[in-house]
Amino acid sequence: MPNVKVDGVDIEVPAGATILQACELAGKEIPRFCYHERLSIAGNCRMCLVEVKPGPPKPQASCALPVGEGQEIITMSPMVKKAREGVMEFLLINHPLDCPICDQGGECDLQDQAIAYGRGHSRFAENKRAVTEKYMGPVVKTIMTRCIQCTRCIRFAEEVAGVEEIGAIGRGENMEITSYLEGAITSELSGNVVDLCPVGALVSKPYSFEARPWELRKVPAIDVMDGVGTNIRLDARMREVMRALPRINEDVNEEWAHDKTRHAVDGLLRNRLDRPWVRRDGKLEQASWDEAFKAISEVAKSAGSSVAAVAGDLLDVETMYAAKKFVQSLGSTLLEGRQTGLSYDTSNLAAVNFNSTIAGIETADVILLVGTNPRWEATLVNTRIRKAVKAGAKVFGIGPEIDLTYPVEWLGDDLSLLSKLPKAAASLLKDALRPAIIIGAGALKIEGAQAASLALVDQFNLVRPDSGGGAWNGYNVLHTAAARMGGLMLGYAQPGGMAALATAAPKLLFLLGADEADLGPFANSFKVYVGHHGDRGASEADVILPGAAYSEKHGLYVNIEGRVQLSERAVDPPGDAREDWSIFRALSQLTGQPLPFDNFAQLRAALYSEFPAFARPGLVTYEWAPPALPTAKIEKNRAIFYPIRDFYLTNPIARSSPTLQRCSAEILHGQEFLEAAE
Amino acid sequence: MSLQDKDRIFTNLYGFQPWGLKAAQKRGDWDATKNLMAVGQDQIIEEIKNSGLRGRGGAGFPTGMKWSFMPKESKDGRPNFLVINADESEPGSCKDREIIRHDPHKLIEGALIAGYAMRARACYIYIRGEFIREAETLFAAVQEAYDAGLIGKNAAKSGYDFDVFVHRGAGAYICGEETALLESLEGKKGMPRLKPPFPAGAGLYGCPTTVNNVESIAVVPTILRRGANWFKSFGREKNEGTKLFQLTGHVNKPCVVEEAMSIPFRELIAKHAGGIRGAKNPDDFDNLLAVIPGGSSVPLVPAHEIIDAPMDFDGLRDLQSGLGTAAVIVMDKSTDIVRAISRISYFYKHESCGQCTPCREGTGWMWRVMERLREGNADISEIDTLWDVTKQVEGHTICALGDAAAWPIQGLIRHFRPEMERRIIEKQGQALEAAE
Repeated sequence: MPNVKVDGVDIEVPAGATILQACELAGKEIPRFCYHERLSIAGNCRMCLVEVKPGPPKPQASCALPVGEGQEIITMSPMVKKAREGVMEFLLINHPLDCPICDQGGECDLQDQAIAYGRGHSRFAENKRAVTEKYMGPVVKTIMTRCIQCTRCIRFAEEVAGVEEIGAIGRGENMEITSYLEGAITSELSGNVVDLCPVGALVSKPYSFEARPWELRKVPAIDVMDGVGTNIRLDARMREVMRALPRINEDVNEEWAHDKTRHAVDGLLRNRLDRPWVRRDGKLEQASWDEAFKAISEVAKSAGSSVAAVAGDLLDVETMYAAKKFVQSLGSTLLEGRQTGLSYDTSNLAAVNFNSTIAGIETADVILLVGTNPRWEATLVNTRIRKAVKAGAKVFGIGPEIDLTYPVEWLGDDLSLLSKLPKAAASLLKDALRPAIIIGAGALKIEGAQAASLALVDQFNLVRPDSGGGAWNGYNVLHTAAARMGGLMLGYAQPGGMAALATAAPKLLFLLGADEADLGPFANSFKVYVGHHGDRGASEADVILPGAAYSEKHGLYVNIEGRVQLSERAVDPPGDAREDWSIFRALSQLTGQPLPFDNFAQLRAALYSEFPAFARPGLVTYEWAPPALPTAKIEKNRAIFYPIRDFYLTNPIARSSPTLQRCSAEILHGQEFLEAAE
Repeated sequence: MSLQDKDRIFTNLYGFQPWGLKAAQKRGDWDATKNLMAVGQDQIIEEIKNSGLRGRGGAGFPTGMKWSFMPKESKDGRPNFLVINADESEPGSCKDREIIRHDPHKLIEGALIAGYAMRARACYIYIRGEFIREAETLFAAVQEAYDAGLIGKNAAKSGYDFDVFVHRGAGAYICGEETALLESLEGKKGMPRLKPPFPAGAGLYGCPTTVNNVESIAVVPTILRRGANWFKSFGREKNEGTKLFQLTGHVNKPCVVEEAMSIPFRELIAKHAGGIRGAKNPDDFDNLLAVIPGGSSVPLVPAHEIIDAPMDFDGLRDLQSGLGTAAVIVMDKSTDIVRAISRISYFYKHESCGQCTPCREGTGWMWRVMERLREGNADISEIDTLWDVTKQVEGHTICALGDAAAWPIQGLIRHFRPEMERRIIEKQGQALEAAE
């Protein structure tokens, strides 16, 4: 722990820290452009120059210089001030003065630091440089004249996203940042370069010229595009969510968000259900709430307790709780959330949880992927695995070979390998200190997979005390839906899954934003769709009740690792749409057994008293008691199909987003688009 | 007193004899190399330290000390590497190519001995891309040495295994910077690395590496054969040895010549270059305007200051310039000195790698101002602005290219400001006339 002196203040800093980190610990602000905590050090912007004694009589780049014992660091001397002014002047001489039309305006590092550290006037009398725009895909717009060559985007693509598709060409003042052959960046994380860019060179394409940062209401929320529970901030203006940006949460998403998280918001005002619909003579017609409720209550009377509810992937806990209480009030327990027909055992929630935790998987040393494509099913878990691999972890995979941005040794597309792993993989797992297996929906769909994977727990001692005195649980199930863990905690799981529900043949079926389910077996049920987008579920419904999307309601979400997180409402639901819980409260009035809550606070109170686990944000502790499942032999050469066919179009909001439609067409299906200017 | 023929290290500098192995052996190369190595690694480094040899690539860092930074044993299995910088791109500099095309075996033998001394597993010679014939010679010479068992397994029967690889660059000036050279050698974009870590700790492929200039390595065998004291007997204290001077520009007979360090400029030019162009006789320096004594990156020195100055590291440093690679660019009074420096500015603008801000943005700015100053199309205050800009670049960059771009301009302003102002006033006068 070296002791240094920063501007006269003695401070002890961790060994291996840089001068810049030491200055931050001392509370000194060091301006920077190229330095970023989560990327490698480039040291090229030269903005962070400080004076270090002993040392050469010139300012040093603090981001790259390790701290040495007894150093004296001066961040405010005339030499430092002059150096910063000089670098600032150099950065600005070729930077266009187009702040009034720049989307970065108001949240621009260059603007802020020019005010704080610049000279205030220009001595540059020559012509400024102009750089042609580069094409980087459907979500990143480039105005390369503004680029200050900090190379954050290059380092992000290479180090975090794992696609070496951004680079610099040319040299000197002709150096330009571009994507490889000016193609779209084929990463699910490409939107992050927009946040990383300290200037307005890389900006969000769909958001361009839409709003100014100071016009926006900033609301903390939780992303529902996958099970990770990315912490986001919804920026709203009037009744519209303009953009979604990640918030920092070291345990979940660090500070990244994938493109679906960012650009699904473009679908929030499209294809919306903003009034009730009732099917008359086989045709859906607009109706009033009264008419819709009347139609449902008539069926409910005759259905009695033959009622079921299927929860969709994007639901908050409160909606599912209200729906559950409503179904219960009619005398039924038919609840299911695993729309695609999965029927794994849920008697112990720890056995269907991501037990290593998202941050913890980084520390695993051998990882076995079983029937999962984490790059698409949980992109930010994939970046964690990538980090583990960079730290030396070995990854094996069972399933069709795919590019996960890190080396994977594929054992084969044959689930029966689970019970007889190749020797090399088995011995590595056996010798590992922190072995982990991640089993995905692709495998769980297959009979016997859950039992076979749980058998590995004992075989490789996946649950063990770790060297630090804590506990290591290497058994992980990777769910694809934001609503899954919350739904399982509430009991949205029937033994037998959707098939069991179909066998029960409910007369009245509630589809809670359920758009991925096969509704063929429910042809005779009276289907009520409660949701926000006119998608597959709505098109087959007999009554449609317009609900609220995730941006339009307060809600609790439980992510794949069992982390309870709170999301807030950014805007109101459009038109006649209502928050989902209130729909069930109103319906219960009509069926004669009003639910015991009249407002959202009462709902939460009821939820917390019945399920105390939801009351406290953070990780829920599930006791590890895996069920003893009958072993079913998995037939040989049983091929695996990953659950996600198209990363960009996995849910109704995403499917309604023109940005994501284009991402899908261009990045996944190779369609070519001409730029408007061409 | 100038260097006698018997004390010359580079005896085939002008290519009067063949470069091949047989001829080289006749000249004394590869003679009992095994015995030179037998004194032991630390002893070789000690001998080089004692000889006072300072790096010949420009910075003048003591070579023996540089070698001593290399780890003596590998704690983690990483090998040591020697990298020889043959990317001679400094405008005015042309000594390494002479060594490579006429005396390549001196370099290869030096590589073996130096590599052995620093416990290197192999040597990489990074040769400038434009040196096509030189590279051919070097490839052939390395092959000859392999065939004769002088390098490779049990090199020169010393019991030491040592490989030599020749790698051709692609012609970027910045790849002569040692860490950019390593990047380029690894197949990446030639951009200098941040230091620390220094190459001796983590260099080529992350392994301990020493990067030396061709001349520094090529003189090593001779120093060991004739002894440190012999080498030390030339030149002033701390500037010992012999050195290849490259005399170019407005002299009657431009040449590369080996001379003792610290030789006065007057003697160097009069004796070897036939005097200044347009002078009455070789000893007449009236027509001399200025000299850039160490390649384009050092500040120029006006005639009256340099004529009797000793040509060595410290002597030229006292004149606020430097010996650099000893590429002496002589300019007579017909020179448009502002234009000359402006052209050098253009070179640095063109060769800046673009990695760090002050150099990327500053070199272009400086060149553009220089172009206007050349024609006088500027305001006198812009000379001060330009001076300030050079100071904003100098010392603020990752590598020394920023300094190299700033120094020539600083030298110009320091010594020729009246000339620059004259052009501006003249131009303004013309403008006034035109307006009337």
